[in-house]
Amino acid sequence: MSTITLAVLVPLLPFLGAVAGLLLGRTAPGFVRPLAVLPVVASLALAALVAARQGGGDPIDAATELTPTGSVPIELALHVDGFAALTALLVTLVSACVQIYSTGYLRHDARYASYAALVSLFTAAMLLVVYTGDLMVLLVGWEVMGICSYFLVGHYWETPEARAASIKAFLVTKAGDVPFLIGLFVLAADAGSFRITEILEAVRNTALDPSTPTFAAVERIDNPTLIALLLLAGVAGKSAQFPLHTWLPDAMAGPTPVSALIHAATMVAAGVYFVARLLPLFQASAAAMLVLAVMAAVTMIGSALAALAQDDVKRVLAWSTIGQLGYMTGALAAGDRSAAAFHLLTHGAFKALLFLTAGVLIHAAGTNSLAAMSRMSGLRTRVPDAYWTMTVALLALAAIPPFSGFFSKEAVLVAAEHAATGEGGPVAAGWIVLAAGLLTALLTAAYATRLWLRAFRGRGTDAPDHGRQPVAMNAVLWVLAVPSLALGAAFGVLPDWFGGGSLAPGWATSLLATGIALVGGIVTYGTWRHTTAFAAGTPLGAVAAHPDADPGQVEAEAIASHAPAYGDLADAPDPSDPGRLLLGPLHRHAAEGFHLDALYRAAFVRPVTAAASLVRFLDREVVETYVRGAAAAPRLLGAAVRRAQTGNLQTYVSALLAGTVVLTVAVVLAVSGA
Amino acid sequence: MHLAYPVVLSALLFCTGVYGVLARRNAILVLMSVELMLNAVNLNLVAFDAWLSRAAQAAFPHDGLHSGQALTLFTIAIAAAEIGIGLAIVLAVYRNRGTADVDRLRDTAEDRGGSDGTDATARAGVPAPGSGEKAEASA
Repeated sequence: MSTITLAVLVPLLPFLGAVAGLLLGRTAPGFVRPLAVLPVVASLALAALVAARQGGGDPIDAATELTPTGSVPIELALHVDGFAALTALLVTLVSACVQIYSTGYLRHDARYASYAALVSLFTAAMLLVVYTGDLMVLLVGWEVMGICSYFLVGHYWETPEARAASIKAFLVTKAGDVPFLIGLFVLAADAGSFRITEILEAVRNTALDPSTPTFAAVERIDNPTLIALLLLAGVAGKSAQFPLHTWLPDAMAGPTPVSALIHAATMVAAGVYFVARLLPLFQASAAAMLVLAVMAAVTMIGSALAALAQDDVKRVLAWSTIGQLGYMTGALAAGDRSAAAFHLLTHGAFKALLFLTAGVLIHAAGTNSLAAMSRMSGLRTRVPDAYWTMTVALLALAAIPPFSGFFSKEAVLVAAEHAATGEGGPVAAGWIVLAAGLLTALLTAAYATRLWLRAFRGRGTDAPDHGRQPVAMNAVLWVLAVPSLALGAAFGVLPDWFGGGSLAPGWATSLLATGIALVGGIVTYGTWRHTTAFAAGTPLGAVAAHPDADPGQVEAEAIASHAPAYGDLADAPDPSDPGRLLLGPLHRHAAEGFHLDALYRAAFVRPVTAAASLVRFLDREVVETYVRGAAAAPRLLGAAVRRAQTGNLQTYVSALLAGTVVLTVAVVLAVSGA
Repeated sequence: MHLAYPVVLSALLFCTGVYGVLARRNAILVLMSVELMLNAVNLNLVAFDAWLSRAAQAAFPHDGLHSGQALTLFTIAIAAAEIGIGLAIVLAVYRNRGTADVDRLRDTAEDRGGSDGTDATARAGVPAPGSGEKAEASA
């Protein structure tokens, strides 16, 4: 088979798996698991084959136009360069791991069939985004991901948290998608095409000297700043960047495998991937690059502070995802696509691993609260696989050499340093990203250390024993641990694939960032040693009511019980929390995500609900009054007429006779002229 | 004979019929009163036919169709059919209800005080009093 056929099959197989799963889920439950796992595994193999054949060489382009659609043609186009091939490999790897993990995690779930089909559909949509060469087709995948995330986040729709989170995720990403769509239209109007290759060609033409002979004939981008800013809104929504990041921490109300898939490797990566593909377009506007840099810096620092204050283990990871995405957008703002792509790959691997281990952890502990976990001893002996793999993933997250996160974060910092020193990329953006990146490295190490210490070094009663976790779940953890550990070593090979500069770590930034990370870790450790003594004074902890149920149910119960047990979804009143001491007065605000939700509530939600209640009042009290009035008069008249209906025939006949007599008299009088 | 005699007689007959229809309670007597009214009309038809044919004889000596009297024969035939059906209905009603009183056959009456739509649904839930009796009678 040709490489093009293979590349088409990669998104198609999970899609067909999803359709078959949705159709057969009820009638043939035995087929659900194979239909969920096999297409994704097959498309992993195909994606690996595509990557091997593409080999980082010239991009593979293919396009077919199904039907003419008016002015700007929409084509089913394929554009596979090294970046796309590797991203697709990551997406299929994480998705296959998630599907296998889910067979254990949701093994008794009543809605497993639709869940697995939606995960497959989600994967297919992301692969479409990765492989397509046409922005309209990309938008299709983009929106399918939005609706799938709505369904998957709301998987436990019995709980109010999950319902609210799914609607919030959908609305916030849509708030970004509307400007995104307009931006695409403006872009297509300028470039005369939706094809990525032709748009990049038009961007190159924009820089042409007006005196060139072909100047008048070629398409140019006339308003790059406007387009870039409109597109950035969609990217901020999808990739959870400030100020549209608020949906992601709440989206942790979905099952853990969904968090791993959507909120680590695929959906949030789509925004970064999009900017990386169209980076020359964004570079054409200095303002857009500066906005991108500021957005990345605010996102990084704010999310790292918030992560340090969270009590729910998955919310820590969610805020950390936002921060790591901030690194990627920071690298893009510094003008280095390779560094962003490198961090995208390593982060996808280790963050998926972190979420999946968190799922194991929540099941083993029966709670998602770090405060409760820190009052259990021996959790690490209950789940040894999760303990070791999570340690690896946290070290990668904290960017400690030689784990993968170190190399990719170094690549980002080196890119920012190059930009700051004027070796390519905007200088101001470079300084902003460099400073924010170093500060975030400190905070990242701090919250990673806090998470590890609180989860695995707790003291108190023994952790509950539920036996060993299913093999399907443990095996997947080790599969993902390999890239988390070793992917960083590929920094020598990857530039060929990404077509960018070297990704080797620089000495200055390596020493600085690693030193800062170590400081963060050690300070947190010291604080933890100090605060852990307070743990005995305040007993805390609520564990799931059905400890032997399947992990998905335990997690749903843990999420539902967190707010009633601790008074808040994100926070717990725990004096032994090192984050509380480290953040000081900031802690309260950081736990709430710096009150951005409250701000949005005041700025958008309240006016909308007020307007809705005004409309309701107008409809109920004003419009309906007219309707009721119009009905009341005929009703009164009818009631009067109904009095005459006595049912007695003779009364009717009497009335008939009387009427006849009156008419006759009238006619006689009229005829006789009286 | 002067035209006034049969016309006055027919008017009296008709008024008796009207009185009967309006005042009698028994359905059979009501039907009989209807017959009285019909016969008053028949009488009128015959009387006016005779009067008109006598007046017209001078002008059209060979006109002897007597359409009024022919029409009367039709009316009598139709009245016979009508009374047959009417009595059959009365008989059926009597068998079902045990009464042939017009006053008590009031199924088409509107409910008193039922002035809005909610009563209609309430009424639909309860079977009409007649239908239960009907079922008993047929069983």
